[in-house]
Amino acid sequence: MANVLELQGITKRFPGVLANDKIDIALREGKILALLGENGAGKSTLMNILYGLYKPDEGKIFVRGKEVEINGPNDAIELGIGMVHQHFMLIPVMTVVENVMLGVESIKNGLFLDREKVAKRIHEISEQYGLEVDPHAYIQDLPVGIQQRVEIIKVLYRSADILILDEPTAVLTPQEVEGLFKIINTLIKAGKSIIFITHKLKEVIAIADDISVLRLGRMVGSIEPSNATPQKLATMMVGRDVSLVVQKKVAEPKEAVLKVENLFVRDERQNMTVRGVSFEVRKGEVLGVAGVQGNGQTELVYALTGLLPVDGGTIELEGKMLHNATPRQILESGVAHIPEDRQRHGLILNFPIHDNMVLCTYYKEPFAHGVSLQEKPIFSNAEELIKQYDVRTPNIYVNVGTLSGGNQQKVIVAREFSRPIDLLIASQPTRGLDVGSIEYIHLQIIKKRDEGTGVLVVSSELDEILALSDRIAVMYKGQIMDVLDAKQATKEDLGLLMAGIHPEKTSKKK
Amino acid sequence: MSEKASKEKKEQTEKQKEQSSLRQALLVPVLAVLSGLILGGVVMALSGSNPFQAYAALFAGSFGSPSVIIAGMQTYFATGDNNALVRSLYPFTESLVTATPYIFTGLAVAIGFRAGLFNIGAEGQVFIGALCSAFIGYSIKGLPMIIHLPLALLAGAAGGAFWGMIPGYLKARFGAHEVVNTIMMNWIAFRLSDWLLKGPMQASNFRPVTPNVQASAELPRFFEDPLRFNLGFFLALLFAYLVYWFLFKTTLGFEIRSVGANPDAAKYAGMSIVKNIVLVMSLAGALAGLGGGAQVLGVDHWVGQGFSSGYGFDAIAIALLGKSHPFGVVLAALLFGFLRSGATNMQSMAGIPVDIISIIQGLVIVFVAAPAIIRWLYRIKSIKVEETVLTRGWGK
Ligand SMILES: Nc1ncnc2c1ncn2[C@@H]1O[C@H](COP(=O)(O)OP(=O)(O)OP(=O)(O)O)[C@@H](O)[C@H]1O
Ligand SMILES: [Mg+2]
Repeated sequence: MANVLELQGITKRFPGVLANDKIDIALREGKILALLGENGAGKSTLMNILYGLYKPDEGKIFVRGKEVEINGPNDAIELGIGMVHQHFMLIPVMTVVENVMLGVESIKNGLFLDREKVAKRIHEISEQYGLEVDPHAYIQDLPVGIQQRVEIIKVLYRSADILILDEPTAVLTPQEVEGLFKIINTLIKAGKSIIFITHKLKEVIAIADDISVLRLGRMVGSIEPSNATPQKLATMMVGRDVSLVVQKKVAEPKEAVLKVENLFVRDERQNMTVRGVSFEVRKGEVLGVAGVQGNGQTELVYALTGLLPVDGGTIELEGKMLHNATPRQILESGVAHIPEDRQRHGLILNFPIHDNMVLCTYYKEPFAHGVSLQEKPIFSNAEELIKQYDVRTPNIYVNVGTLSGGNQQKVIVAREFSRPIDLLIASQPTRGLDVGSIEYIHLQIIKKRDEGTGVLVVSSELDEILALSDRIAVMYKGQIMDVLDAKQATKEDLGLLMAGIHPEKTSKKK
Repeated sequence: MSEKASKEKKEQTEKQKEQSSLRQALLVPVLAVLSGLILGGVVMALSGSNPFQAYAALFAGSFGSPSVIIAGMQTYFATGDNNALVRSLYPFTESLVTATPYIFTGLAVAIGFRAGLFNIGAEGQVFIGALCSAFIGYSIKGLPMIIHLPLALLAGAAGGAFWGMIPGYLKARFGAHEVVNTIMMNWIAFRLSDWLLKGPMQASNFRPVTPNVQASAELPRFFEDPLRFNLGFFLALLFAYLVYWFLFKTTLGFEIRSVGANPDAAKYAGMSIVKNIVLVMSLAGALAGLGGGAQVLGVDHWVGQGFSSGYGFDAIAIALLGKSHPFGVVLAALLFGFLRSGATNMQSMAGIPVDIISIIQGLVIVFVAAPAIIRWLYRIKSIKVEETVLTRGWGK
């Protein structure tokens, strides 16, 4: 079958980084090509080149057999190429319609935006591909899964038939992933071709027609999905054997480090999203919080870390009452937080790596004497951490925003693990990470546990919850449905609890 | 393999990188200024004047005429009489005098930008600072200079700080937008000064001006009249350095920049948004107030109604042009000082209205604010623009 798209010998250098090194890939018409690779392997860069955001230093691009030059997204759109970025590019204070028409506005009477016409077209696209969305809703009110649909609609609205999806499933719940796969199937049936980037190996095998793997900016090979196993893919990506299951001893929990009693929290829009939650985290154990995203987990974590005020109830950390304490007081009491939204809370993208590494400790010895910042220790701290956590970067002076998504996450993990803590709160700790890094971070979390730290892991990945937890709390509509012993918990039971149903036989006492 | 060699190489590349990043930082502003001057010349030519003549007059008005300076030197060396030499330096020193308040107010706006705040209130803060400095300067008598002068300057800083703190507090506590409130504070400052100058602070019944400040409160001048070049200029440079040190080398500066660059992350990291907003607005006010104080104590020696002729508003342009960096602000303020002070000469010598300078300044700002134009004009492939956050817009 014909290739709709071919890249030949693409090379792209950034200062100090060879991001793409003579890469060849081909996308067959009406097929799904999965692009795999470690964090920083150069996947997003390659796709950005295809979309005209970067200019390649060398190499050729062929679209439908013709060599083309893509100088900007407009050229790409002209050629029928559309992209959904790893970090969404929507304007939160505008509606779906406004976001979709941005840059290709429909005008009526020569002056006014024709929102109705666009809304109608959105409806048509929605119907055709099963992308349900309210065209007049504001982006900021939509869950991520729906925001992603808006991104896809945006692409389809511009009549793309080559779609690039950069890590579309990283931020989705398993249910949303299923929905996305259905959409992808309809798109393929309608004759579109898709490049799909992900770190989730099972997904790749399930959905791809072809698989290409990048490592350190180079093509390491292609493989047929029928021959692929997650283990094989992982080895190809990382270049060594990766353990896909977490090796851990039985936990030895001690006294409680965190006690939460009858907690109520309102979200930013004043809806009561946590309604009377009580639980404990003990030293030396991992308590996993499972649940479909949007059932109060986010607000629970925000309240525990001081980012949202507590509406009722108590939070006690090692005997200290911390409800309504400031984030600084909570940090100082020995709490580390890996936030769910890394670009919003976790990092200052246009600060260099070394400053982000001391974001929570910049005012302490040895990073400051009095008010004066000490560059030497700040630099050497960053040097050490990027080595220890294998952050792929040319140096510590570049802005964190230039790092690949996964490496940004590693910066946060490195920072939060590097100070003495009693309680680790990790929200989606491995979102967007490659298998090698997931293995590493999981091992680190278990190591913290074994050192006697209490760990609270919130994740919408059941696999991650099951791999890490000693006990599992399931949240549903702002309440904890049940707390299960991880050894006895099955995916089915958890699934039912997440849907708000008590499976009679296995329900355990709290 | 020699480890030393590779280390050296690394250091070398780092140095190169630093140099190239400095070049990149300067590239757009310099080209913007250049383009502004060229386009300004086109405007002059279109309106029937000779741009070369005009720029020659502008140059002579802002730097002094080389031939006069050389003649001055000759007399000095021949006769020991430095009168002519000093006079020939008048245009140059006058430009520095003009630049001085721009440096202070530019810093006041820049420090706000760094925290994501748009301080349009520098104008009012200058005015209040000037009035406070003047009041201490004329009302207290018999103090030695070593006490009186710092006290008068401090009063200016304190007055400005108070004027900046109010909108800062309103923003932090109630979320009231600082743009609206700083504008409001400007008007309060103007009306308040009208009343003060016609009442409590009026020198005599004829003109609405304050009395002259005591000699012990004056910023020392370096030359005889009519040269007004004084310590204020060096004070401004000192404060530019202090602001640089504060922003980039202290924990408080780190917090301020964090709050400006990503308030959510700053909050996550335990920084107090409220505290930092109030702090920054107070500091901005203090800098602007100091600028007003330095102008009174060093140049005018009294305050009248038209005292601040837009220092606070030009400051916005200066902070933009200087990329909100203290050293950039100094360079931009010097540019404005030279343009403004040369413009008078241009008007009298070449008959070109001073307003052309405003046009040039406007063009420069447009180019700096929209670097894409410059990139396109000069076919610069991709400049890595370090994004400085200005404000976070309305409502946040
Ligand atoms: N704008 C940029 N400036 C400098 N370096 C960059 C820039 N963009 C990417 N890089 C570097 O290029 C390399 C490849 O990054 P890229 O984002 O393509 O990785 P990725 O494969 O998408 O990784 P991830 O899975 O973590 O998203 C990284 O080392 C990154 O630091
Ligand atoms: Mg990526």
